[in-house]
Amino acid sequence: MSEVKFSKEHEWITLEGDVATIGITKHATEMLGDIVFAELPEKGSNVEKDGTAGVVESTKAASDVYTPVSGEVVDINQAIVDDPSKINEDPEGSAWFFKLKMKDQSEMDSLMNKEEYDKFAKESAS
Amino acid sequence: MEIKKTTLNKLHQSNNAKFVEFAGYEMPIQYSKGIIEEHKFTRSHSGIFDVSHMGQLFIYGDESLTEELEKIFPLDLKNLKLNCSKYSFLMNEDAGIYDDLIITKIEEGYLIILNAACKDKDFEILSNLLGSKFKMNLDNNRSLIAIQGPKSVEILNSIINGVDQLNFMTGNWFDSGNQKSFVTRSGYTGEDGFEISISNDKAEKFVENLIEKGAQLIGLGARDTLRLEAGLCLYGHELDINKTPVEANLRWAISKSRLSNGGFIGSKKIMNQMQDGASQIRVGIKPEGRLIAREKTKIFDDTDTQIGEITSGTFGPSVNGPIAMGYVNKEFSKVDTKILLEVRGKKHPANVCALPFYKKNYVKGVN
Repeated sequence: MSEVKFSKEHEWITLEGDVATIGITKHATEMLGDIVFAELPEKGSNVEKDGTAGVVESTKAASDVYTPVSGEVVDINQAIVDDPSKINEDPEGSAWFFKLKMKDQSEMDSLMNKEEYDKFAKESAS
Repeated sequence: MEIKKTTLNKLHQSNNAKFVEFAGYEMPIQYSKGIIEEHKFTRSHSGIFDVSHMGQLFIYGDESLTEELEKIFPLDLKNLKLNCSKYSFLMNEDAGIYDDLIITKIEEGYLIILNAACKDKDFEILSNLLGSKFKMNLDNNRSLIAIQGPKSVEILNSIINGVDQLNFMTGNWFDSGNQKSFVTRSGYTGEDGFEISISNDKAEKFVENLIEKGAQLIGLGARDTLRLEAGLCLYGHELDINKTPVEANLRWAISKSRLSNGGFIGSKKIMNQMQDGASQIRVGIKPEGRLIAREKTKIFDDTDTQIGEITSGTFGPSVNGPIAMGYVNKEFSKVDTKILLEVRGKKHPANVCALPFYKKNYVKGVN
């Protein structure tokens, strides 16, 4: 599996072959608070880099989930739709959102590595 | 304008509060455990809420004050007993609501608890209505602390002995140290609980004492989910200057004895609406599934006609599902009416339902 990369919209992404797994970061869940609703893209649909690919809602507000890369949705994590509190429990592990079959792997290049993201998250929080 | 802080601001900070601006004040939205934990803790144990941003208006006077206030509020104040409280409204001539409030008869006159965002304007309106005949004091030297939930009576009584003898919606002065605090058995969560008006210099120590006895600080986030589950209105959401108490389905708060003769501000409109019904009315709404419909969500019937709008919507932690309140045209206000909510461009099924979503646990008839 590839190194974990991060977007400015607080998504994480890993690549295995040409299939990317995408979720939201721990930092994002801490900003959102208790997540009580999750909506994911439809399997088989195509999503575009930086486009909306779902929604999460906390007790406070709704937030869009963006996809950091383009591709066809090949799998979604129904477990987090059924029990959205799983997202707060393990955001960067078992609570992944969806898997994409990527068209253009160079889209990964512009994303941040862990160190860059941590710095970005810290700055955007203050 | 500089953001205002309550006396307890430092205590909130040291308890890892996340702050938001609310009605010009820096207030805690939540602490480290989060809204759902805080909500559940209040329902099962005892939650402490800093509501010091709310207005505590003392108006001093005798029977002539009661007479003047009856020209303003739709209440039978002549028959309101000493230390008893009523929920009411400050209205304009069209019965539009300037604010909703709790008024308590005290020995020296009345104590009125006002919403933070409205208190200065309320003071101005009431000053104009009452003239200079009565002394009015919007008291900034007192904090207001609410303690809510089933363990609250035991915890508070161990600090202020005798509060367990209060009935719901009554109050009294109690000694705490060399100061007197005014304690009412009331609150806005649907749980048994109290609100304590205490001088600022005693407030922090008092709250620390409550925490030592097992109560926990709760933020505005959980206060909102708690009041929504209890079906209670929040000013600026369910209530505003374009809504009347009848439309807000709060006719119970209007004293029956005042309806025959009127004589209070807005009485004409209220009496007309009581007779003919209002065209829109506040209802409870339960979306099907897990979908949350927030404030301003449009409500439709099955012919694609808009029939109303959501005023508050969230996830109810004790209900374990989404809940909302909103206004619908009166023909859609019956319980179990099917309606559609437009969220992110798609229409989702929901049902009009009875309020509250969560059964209230008020304590009546202690003595």
